[in-house]
Amino acid sequence: MGMNRRDFLKSSAAAAAASAVGISIPAELSAAATQAEQGWRWDKAPCRFCGTGCGIMLATENGKIVAVKGDPAAPVNRGLNCIKGYFNAKIMYGADRLKTPLLRMNDKGEFDKHGKFKPVSWKRAFDEMEKHIRKALKESGPEGVAVFASGQYTIMEGYAAQKMMKAGFRSNAFDPNARHCMASAVVGFYQTFGIDEPSGCYDDIELTDTVVSWGSNMAEMHPILWSRVSDRKLSNPDKVKVVNITTYRTRSSDLADFEIIFRPNTDLALWNYIAHEIVYNHPEAIDWDFVKQHIVFAVGPVNIGYGMRRKGEKSLTPERPDGSAGKYSAKEMEIIRKEMAKKVSDREGPALEPYGYKSGDEMKNTPGTLKHWMIGFEEYKKSLAPYTLDYVAPLVKGDPDEDLEAFKKKLKDLVALYVEKDRKVVSFWTMGMNQHTRGSWDNTLSYNVHFLLNKQAKPGNGAYSLTGQPSACGTAREVGTFAHRLPADMMVKNPKHRKIAEKKWQIPEGTLNPVGNQHIMKIHRDIEDGVVKFAWVNVCNPYQDSASARHWIKAAREMDNFIVTSDGYPGISAMVSDLVLPSAMIYEKWGAYGNAERRTQHWRQQVIPVGQAMSDTWQWVELSKRFTVDDLWGPYTLRNGKKLPDVRKAAYKMGYKPDTTMFEILYANDRAKKYKIDLNSFPQKGYDNSECLGDARNVVGSDGKVFKGYGFMLHQYLWEEYAWFGRGHGHDLADFVTYHKVRGLKWPVVNGKETFWRFNTKYDPYAAKHAKEAGLKDFAFYGPLAKKLAHGDLKGIKDKKKTSLANKAKIFARPYMDPPEVPDKEYDTWLCTGRVLEHWHSGTMTMRVPELFRAVPEALCYMNPKDAKARGLKNGDLVWVESRRGKVKVRIETRGRNRPSRGLVFVPWFDERVLINKVTLDATCPMSKQTDYKKCAVKIYKA
Amino acid sequence: MAKKGKKVEITSRRRFFTDIAYSAGLATMGGLLWAGYTQKAKSSPLTLRPPAALEEKDFLKLCIKCGLCAEACHNRPSNIDRDTGKPKKSTLKMAKAEDNVTIGTPFFTPRDVPCYMCDDIPCVTVCPSEALDITKVTNKKTGELDFKMMDMGLAVVDSNSCIAFWGIQCDACYRACPLMDKAIKLEYDRNERTGKHAFLKPVVSMYDCTGCGMCENACVTEKAAIFVLPREIALGRPGDHYVKGWDKKDQQRVANRVDKDITTHDKRSAKKPEDYLNRELEY
Repeated sequence: MGMNRRDFLKSSAAAAAASAVGISIPAELSAAATQAEQGWRWDKAPCRFCGTGCGIMLATENGKIVAVKGDPAAPVNRGLNCIKGYFNAKIMYGADRLKTPLLRMNDKGEFDKHGKFKPVSWKRAFDEMEKHIRKALKESGPEGVAVFASGQYTIMEGYAAQKMMKAGFRSNAFDPNARHCMASAVVGFYQTFGIDEPSGCYDDIELTDTVVSWGSNMAEMHPILWSRVSDRKLSNPDKVKVVNITTYRTRSSDLADFEIIFRPNTDLALWNYIAHEIVYNHPEAIDWDFVKQHIVFAVGPVNIGYGMRRKGEKSLTPERPDGSAGKYSAKEMEIIRKEMAKKVSDREGPALEPYGYKSGDEMKNTPGTLKHWMIGFEEYKKSLAPYTLDYVAPLVKGDPDEDLEAFKKKLKDLVALYVEKDRKVVSFWTMGMNQHTRGSWDNTLSYNVHFLLNKQAKPGNGAYSLTGQPSACGTAREVGTFAHRLPADMMVKNPKHRKIAEKKWQIPEGTLNPVGNQHIMKIHRDIEDGVVKFAWVNVCNPYQDSASARHWIKAAREMDNFIVTSDGYPGISAMVSDLVLPSAMIYEKWGAYGNAERRTQHWRQQVIPVGQAMSDTWQWVELSKRFTVDDLWGPYTLRNGKKLPDVRKAAYKMGYKPDTTMFEILYANDRAKKYKIDLNSFPQKGYDNSECLGDARNVVGSDGKVFKGYGFMLHQYLWEEYAWFGRGHGHDLADFVTYHKVRGLKWPVVNGKETFWRFNTKYDPYAAKHAKEAGLKDFAFYGPLAKKLAHGDLKGIKDKKKTSLANKAKIFARPYMDPPEVPDKEYDTWLCTGRVLEHWHSGTMTMRVPELFRAVPEALCYMNPKDAKARGLKNGDLVWVESRRGKVKVRIETRGRNRPSRGLVFVPWFDERVLINKVTLDATCPMSKQTDYKKCAVKIYKA
Repeated sequence: MAKKGKKVEITSRRRFFTDIAYSAGLATMGGLLWAGYTQKAKSSPLTLRPPAALEEKDFLKLCIKCGLCAEACHNRPSNIDRDTGKPKKSTLKMAKAEDNVTIGTPFFTPRDVPCYMCDDIPCVTVCPSEALDITKVTNKKTGELDFKMMDMGLAVVDSNSCIAFWGIQCDACYRACPLMDKAIKLEYDRNERTGKHAFLKPVVSMYDCTGCGMCENACVTEKAAIFVLPREIALGRPGDHYVKGWDKKDQQRVANRVDKDITTHDKRSAKKPEDYLNRELEY
């Protein structure tokens, strides 16, 4: 691989010149504006794009952002940026920004689902939303009102939306695109640690000796982190090792000492193989003191299906003799049927034997469950028995042209790196392990290896989940903008947690809906089933980003429902919608994001939004004015028969009146009004605040009058109320003003200090506290979730009596299993989807930056040249990529940045003209409900 | 075997120069040369010709300005727009008066449309006059066309304006390069200022770069910081009196040197020894 080609040694001669942590910033870099920049105002903000969370400085002049620079004081990037961050100044100024609400109307000016989009006022837009929400509530109850939410919401937007949805509409049909991105990581964290988010931080990169990348093309997806990995490699090229574990060759292989190309889904087997080698062949590498003190072993059921639709659901009814069912073709049903039952394959048979299945058995699947129970170490050891090199190597090897013996050597080399005493190892992963029909398992398997070796939650050591979106952590996960979550790791199904939220929000007990099952794919399916009648898209592009997209687009366009999209630019979701709202974009509003190392970063509104655009926070708050206590807080019966109580009387007792609006209760209440507008002091001084003050545009608002602002510091109120939930519970956040002074802080922030490594008593005050109480020394895995378990063996629970496992983490037995759709004779090729460095997600912003458009103007199908030749295809030919669900026309690239082995193609999803999610399968991890975008079966032929 | 001879000539020209051809000074130099030459020549010396074109003066003699190459380029299946089903703007254009290229001859401008280096090289196979010489892109051993043998020019990086040299994680050119890791490689270098990041700098290998211009087309700077120049313009010539002792391949660089009088001449050696010696030394 790359090492020999690279001129590392030359560079490393200059090694160790600057220390990794705590480098000082040269005075000229931190100085104020120079002569040339006079008239420009510089202010800090995080980058708009990925989960890395780079800091930037924005220059504004005459109410427009004119330039950007990397923030030299930002610890993550020290003034550098990637190619997308470099263009932050241009992302808001595409010529086709949405500037006014647009409604589908007929010639008479009435809403018409088949009408054309025409401009309307904000008032008309809210009138239509109100009307359709009332209709949806009447027809389907709270489950009929849904939101496609986001990991790109600002923290305050997410919190505002969460309050109105859960407290106001009493709907948990509120789930973010982060479900597609991080949900498996979250289940991994919950099940293993009992609390969400990584134990480590980016400093691990400078402190480790080994970076193993699992299903993560960091070179393109986390470029600034990759440049830190590269620097670490350069600092000591002989000692520091980099391994790229992937299903196709990516740019991250470039730096790697070696790459392991594995057959899709077999990363499960690979993790188990490493654990097998540790337990059976390198038992001396196990730190028994650590394991005995801090770890328990656990297992859950394996027959949990693939998160697809299940028999009996409305759109799968009736079943017809030709194999089709409801709205699904016979071809589609070939795969969907596996949700109910499947035949155990020869590949997965040996791995499933300890769990009581063998090759050829029929496995009857029950819906995915988070249930698990404790087992002994010997049971865990038994689960690892099948993963010998001779079973694993042929199963895992993903390049048919690679020599098996050479591949075996690489697997052994990988084990050697992990088990080497005193060698520090960080295992990074992103979507490869999360977008996986066993993603939750895969995540827990990573911790197993690190725990056995006591290489977790220590500087330079740990399994580390990297986040995709800029605030998947900060907003989606920490605020809890998920169907099942409340702020700070609280759950809607937990009555105590609901009570805490109800009390804080000053809403009647019993208001919150305990059933939180409408995850993002379920929202799509509920629209198709006719249950969800109103859906609002926020900072999200669900009609481009969801698998089996044809179904959801058809349901949105043809069924009786009302879809609203709030966005900065017109994209696929807006096109599918009935009403489009112009949203303020990132630097046109106050906000905060949280990155993948628990770093929370705030920014101020830099400029006034374009046209009539207003922030999503404003849109939620304005909508709340339309609904009163009596409108929303009466009784409901949910689909499953559960009743939501009538809480109106309780509300009256609290002093609310029948016509008190949600605006008054949730947003413009007395607590909120204490946060004053103060234009004479920091941080408000000199900055716009369109929601709280109105602005120079005099936007005509939702009531038909000029919007003059709420008159109090709404952003600070939302922040402080939200932050209250985590303080004292290991999620501590600093106050609003502090964040405007610093370059972000990694939570928990205790006594003004951020936390570098969680669960480690040296670094984490919570760990120190819990360890002291429990008489532990080095670690305390204090996360509170799922910390009482029954006992059993690999096949089931044997003793229902639950034992407490306070302060302990878990190692899980999880087998290798096949994905539901595997290439066969007709659909003979794996399809993997993902991103390219130049474009962000669905491309709505980056495709409008001319330079980025020019660099990568269209999505290509990356293919092995031999596969192309075998099909009579030439580089650049247009082909159809077709699955059981749909097809797209795309150009093949055999010489590109991604170099798949034979049998696999890669198509990125940023290009709406190559709507690859028409082809992908909406199978999910049945535990996390995260879609597997990384594998389905396709055929490819000349267009 | 005239064709073979030409092939050798190209190869030898390639061999003259050092492996890596990136430099801060080249952009400026190219600009100066352009200014100097355009006064004299009809075609700018910066003109990029189709694949397998003969050397400019031979090319101009043989090219009959028929336009078949540009037509083949326009009509190739890979030029079909996915959305409209019609051909897009193609790589090869026939020069018009304002193009600063000999009128009616084919050329391309990579910043507008680069050469996609088709496997079947339709522009060359269709040439009726051998102005585009198919042997230059034919693998001698297999007899098959090989796009990697194309030789339209050489990409040059202006490291002053290339943002990868600032530390930005860009490398759009590298990822656009159809001969990635050969024609453009990344050179890793530590960023001493930040103390924890690396530069990933694109460097062009003169041996592998064909001058297709995919890099120039993809470059995200306002005016491309990587651009294709004809090899004659892009490259210097170190001379054949010295062979790199640390590079086995460098011997080949001088293998085709023309046998010439190796006597050196300069002002100091102008006089005959006796003429020199018979001069009286002043004291």
